[in-house]
Amino acid sequence: MNIHEYQAKEILSRYGVRVPKGQVATTPAEGVAAATSVAGSEGKVVVKAQIHAGGRGKAGGVKVVDGAAQAGELAGQLLGKSLVTHQTGPKGQVVGRVLVEQGLNIERELYVGMVLDRETAQVTLIASAEGGVEIEEVARLHPEKILREAVDPVAGLMPYQVRKVAFALGLDKQQVAKAVALVTGLYRAFVDLDMSLIEINPLVVLADGELMALDAKVNFEDNALFRHPDVFALRDEAQEEPAEVEASRHDLSYIRLDGNIGCMVNGAGLAMATMDIIQLSGGEPANFLDVGGGTDAQRVQTAFKILLSDENVKVVLVNIFGGIVRCDVIAEGVVAAIREVGMEVPLVVRLQGTKVERGREILGASGLNIVAVESMAEAAQAAVQAARRES
Amino acid sequence: MSVLVDAKSKLLIQGLGSAGKFHAATMVEYGTQVVAASHPGKGGSSWEGIPLFSTVAEAVNETGADVSCIFVPAPGAADAILEAADAGIRLVICITEGIPVLDMLRVKHALAGTDTMLIGPNCPGIITPGAAKIGIMPGPIHRPGSIGVLSRSGTLTYEAVDQLTKVGLGQSTCIGLGGDPIKGLDFIDGLALFAEDPDTEGVVLIGEIGGQAEEAAAAWIRKNMSKPVVAFIAGQTAPPGRRMGHAGAIVAGGKGTAAQKVSALQEAGVVVAESPAEIGELMKRRLEKIS
Repeated sequence: MNIHEYQAKEILSRYGVRVPKGQVATTPAEGVAAATSVAGSEGKVVVKAQIHAGGRGKAGGVKVVDGAAQAGELAGQLLGKSLVTHQTGPKGQVVGRVLVEQGLNIERELYVGMVLDRETAQVTLIASAEGGVEIEEVARLHPEKILREAVDPVAGLMPYQVRKVAFALGLDKQQVAKAVALVTGLYRAFVDLDMSLIEINPLVVLADGELMALDAKVNFEDNALFRHPDVFALRDEAQEEPAEVEASRHDLSYIRLDGNIGCMVNGAGLAMATMDIIQLSGGEPANFLDVGGGTDAQRVQTAFKILLSDENVKVVLVNIFGGIVRCDVIAEGVVAAIREVGMEVPLVVRLQGTKVERGREILGASGLNIVAVESMAEAAQAAVQAARRES
Repeated sequence: MSVLVDAKSKLLIQGLGSAGKFHAATMVEYGTQVVAASHPGKGGSSWEGIPLFSTVAEAVNETGADVSCIFVPAPGAADAILEAADAGIRLVICITEGIPVLDMLRVKHALAGTDTMLIGPNCPGIITPGAAKIGIMPGPIHRPGSIGVLSRSGTLTYEAVDQLTKVGLGQSTCIGLGGDPIKGLDFIDGLALFAEDPDTEGVVLIGEIGGQAEEAAAAWIRKNMSKPVVAFIAGQTAPPGRRMGHAGAIVAGGKGTAAQKVSALQEAGVVVAESPAEIGELMKRRLEKIS
């Protein structure tokens, strides 16, 4: 789960991470008040659009202005508008809030991050002297400029590890001590709150020698949200695709894509493989949708509604390998769903596995316009052909 | 022959809720020796003739169980894995989905000093066709035979197994490694077992986007594997940065793409299926070419 920068900063500051003085605004008037409060009426402030995506600066979502009046004006330009960055997709994401922060005298920009390294099963500190640019770019062009420290899960992040990194980044003795406190705070937050990613990019060294998190990106691990209700409460559904929010309410795993062949599959691996075979057959999947292992007729209906809410969908492909899920139950769900939702696009159904004969009988006897096929390859071909006819 | 489990394996079910009961019944029906179940507070009673114990240690002492299959819900699953290890269970298969990754990080490090091997979590389990089914996979699609199967997926594994069976290739053992980023047995462990197993003639490897496990497997295969390997990598069309159902199926920071995995495997001499529909057929042709 993603949260906004201002929320991340609030959380991290509780762990001793210094952040710029700032205030959130949802209207231009609040923008003026926020700027006045953090820097006085004439002071330099930074107005930052709050969306769940990176690349805001280049997209015009982060600007430095002089004085509260200008801050209010800029807030007015950003709020309620969609901001398109290289991470948002063409529709962009709507700016519901801006963060107004004090302007700072920055000497250096560094990068500090924390991730879970799945290959070593260790939380890993990542740092670079190249802050303020995309770390993936640094990793690609100058891998030698990325420093890593893997954390022993029993000992936790030790001060020597941070010192090693901090001296290598060229910080002086006083700054290194500050870095130890700050990075140790990041690690404690990561572990306490089950985060999956922290990125402080940039971590800045100010003219007076202070270290501060100028930006903060935090992701939480979805599987652990059950034990952090206060974190879950920070979820901003306005930043997510509405159909994906609806799917998540029903424990369905759905991701919208750009194609026109809607897919409903049981199991994540088979769902990805179905998307792959569609593309291989010359079509484009409209979505990833895993209805899960313990699917019943009700879930199938919900899944259909979500699939069909995408107006790009020209054909629906159902691919079920019945194991625990019985094909007859799926077939009943499909028939009931079509009767209830109504369906104007063609439907290709591939059932295989437990109770497959009964499942096919149910589809055949329904009188509905369903193309029933036996293999995945046939299913993909039939769906691609139907999509071509419909578009 | 087979790897890890056979008709002699004595199985303990941990967590006898509705899912545990449903699947335990299918395992008994398949012929697996289910000797005990553990559920805190239910010790002394029995279910369908299977004795229940409140702790894993008691179950092991009383019944000699050496393999366990975990259905305990995610919040308590890490505890269940380590309880099994503490009781001396040799092989723990964790079906549970949704375990917090930091819990698995701690479990992984705690298991490092023990003799217990973990499969999963978030996996369908392990089956040696005709001998023992430990997990949630549909038994009837499998046939005894000589192909080992290793997979990060559930239903996609069934798809591959079904294809193998339909082209006349039975399976020695099929192992679901699970879809989580931190897990027990990985591709290399499984490949090493199948390489040593005299009755395994070839291996089907089903990977997916995310992580570096397929790349590591490719490097291992290049050095150590003389048996044919056929692979498929799911997620060639998956958008970067999105978690595709499985917690571990995500392309992050440009790493873990299907294309990278496919080329690493191909360079190691693995036949990689372009389409998920041709896994069985490719293995059949590969074996025919050898003989």
